[in-house]
Amino acid sequence: MKRRNFVKKAILTSMATVIGADIVFGNWMPKGYQPLAFQDPDPYKMFDKDRGMEVLNDKPWNIEAKAHLLDDKITPNKYMFIRNNGLIPKTIDVKNWTLTIDGESVKQQKTYALADLKSKFPEYTYQLTLECGGNGRSEFDPPAKGNQWTVGAVSCAQWTGVRLRDILEDAGIKDNAVYIGYHASDTHLSGDPKKEPISRGAPMAKALQDETLIAYKMNGEDIPLVHGYPLRLVAGGWPASVSGKWVNRISIRNKVHDGTKMTGTAYRIPCEPVAPDAKVKDEDMCIIESMPVKSLITYPKSGAMIDLGKKLNIRGHAWAGELEVSKMEYSIDFGATWKECPVEKPVNRLAWQHFSASIDFPKRGYYEIWGRATDSKGMSQPMILPGWNPKGYLNNACHRIAIKVL
Amino acid sequence: MDKEKQFRQQVKKIYRFLIIVFAMVGIMTVAGIYLISDPTLSAFKKVETASEYAITPEEDEDKIENGIHIRTGLVDAEGLMMVVNNCTNCHSSKLVIQNRMNKERWIATIRWMQETQNLWDLGGNEEIIVNYLVANYPPKKKGRREILTDIEWYDLQD
Repeated sequence: MKRRNFVKKAILTSMATVIGADIVFGNWMPKGYQPLAFQDPDPYKMFDKDRGMEVLNDKPWNIEAKAHLLDDKITPNKYMFIRNNGLIPKTIDVKNWTLTIDGESVKQQKTYALADLKSKFPEYTYQLTLECGGNGRSEFDPPAKGNQWTVGAVSCAQWTGVRLRDILEDAGIKDNAVYIGYHASDTHLSGDPKKEPISRGAPMAKALQDETLIAYKMNGEDIPLVHGYPLRLVAGGWPASVSGKWVNRISIRNKVHDGTKMTGTAYRIPCEPVAPDAKVKDEDMCIIESMPVKSLITYPKSGAMIDLGKKLNIRGHAWAGELEVSKMEYSIDFGATWKECPVEKPVNRLAWQHFSASIDFPKRGYYEIWGRATDSKGMSQPMILPGWNPKGYLNNACHRIAIKVL
Repeated sequence: MDKEKQFRQQVKKIYRFLIIVFAMVGIMTVAGIYLISDPTLSAFKKVETASEYAITPEEDEDKIENGIHIRTGLVDAEGLMMVVNNCTNCHSSKLVIQNRMNKERWIATIRWMQETQNLWDLGGNEEIIVNYLVANYPPKKKGRREILTDIEWYDLQD
């Protein structure tokens, strides 16, 4: 008894040292109770994120940016959204990390150490747009369940690695290959080791694209742990869930991959448009592939007040999944008139494109600036919500900011 | 003879000295053990400790402020603790709070968690949980596009 008290006291003292303050009433702390400081680690410090980021969920961790935080042409880590389906791996054994290529349609199952991948295959760097399939979910009516993303679940960082195609071809792809599926080292929320939190993939055509990487660097440095260290599959322009983090195995499948969150309603929309609140059978839901055309006004931050007679300079990014943005427009009168503004070519395929404009206002008052991008196939962003779907995916409605002219 | 007497006196002196030393060590040991088990010497203080006892972390853990359960952020209403105990083991309460569903969809969500996420059978508690969720987190009408709200106005210096 006395010994236990002593041990408890010693632990309390060391806790107090760690927290930097005395634990008041520590003597009466129930057994098994963790002080809040230990329950709530600071996510901004833990993941090296800007304090302006919004924590949507802390188990699992889901954090989004805001439009004005995404102003950089290349998204730095501190403004990159975090999307997790499970728990982040507790330890990463880099020295013994391997990537295995297996599946029904692999000619020869092969396993590569990290060093093998880097020495055996040529290295490529691309800037790739990754947007969560559920970005914009919070606007749907009736609401869809899940993390209520607003506009900030998108990023465009620079990814460095080897082409997935080079690895798959080294192992050998059988003629009957249909899909690839990734497997990773994260843990299911329930802690059940037999369950995978997420195991998605892409059709062979996407897997074999030049820009589909097995990446080991983000913005020139090791990928941060929360974004998939040490290996991440990166498939730009598709729902970011295709870009599996902490990847240790890729299966070449002879059918559409049937891993967790590939089936049922996950990352799927009705194959045919439905009325809001409709019930849709699982077999009538189709897998999302390319993300739709979209844009964000990243400067100025919504809420800017300017004097009459001054020009307002705006800028932002536009992207279109597998396609390119061919036209960018803005409106200051709720869509009554639109003005075209220049949009740059992407630095490489699947990277977002930058637009800018200089706006004159005719008189004092409240304005909203709405941005509208159009892709190379002529599809534009809708001003109202796009077609309702049960899981609230693919909201690419025009982004807008509020302005007052004084 | 004298020598023998002298010797006896010396032995007595040593004997007394040792007794004193042992007694002191004994007292210090008892005091030391007591201090380890009660470092604040609370047994010697009066009733004032009773008020400190009243603020136990056990109560702190489920503190309610302005109708909100501080630890989870959930609304304080009938069924709160049932929701806390059944719905925040695997995922954060933040996932509950940010969602808005009607009865049918909350139930469908529970079924999905039972089928795929290892959620247990809630038995008779399910009704209490669903009633709590529907009463406190019902859907909100948003239409096809909401107006912009919570705008923080600022002077733009260019």
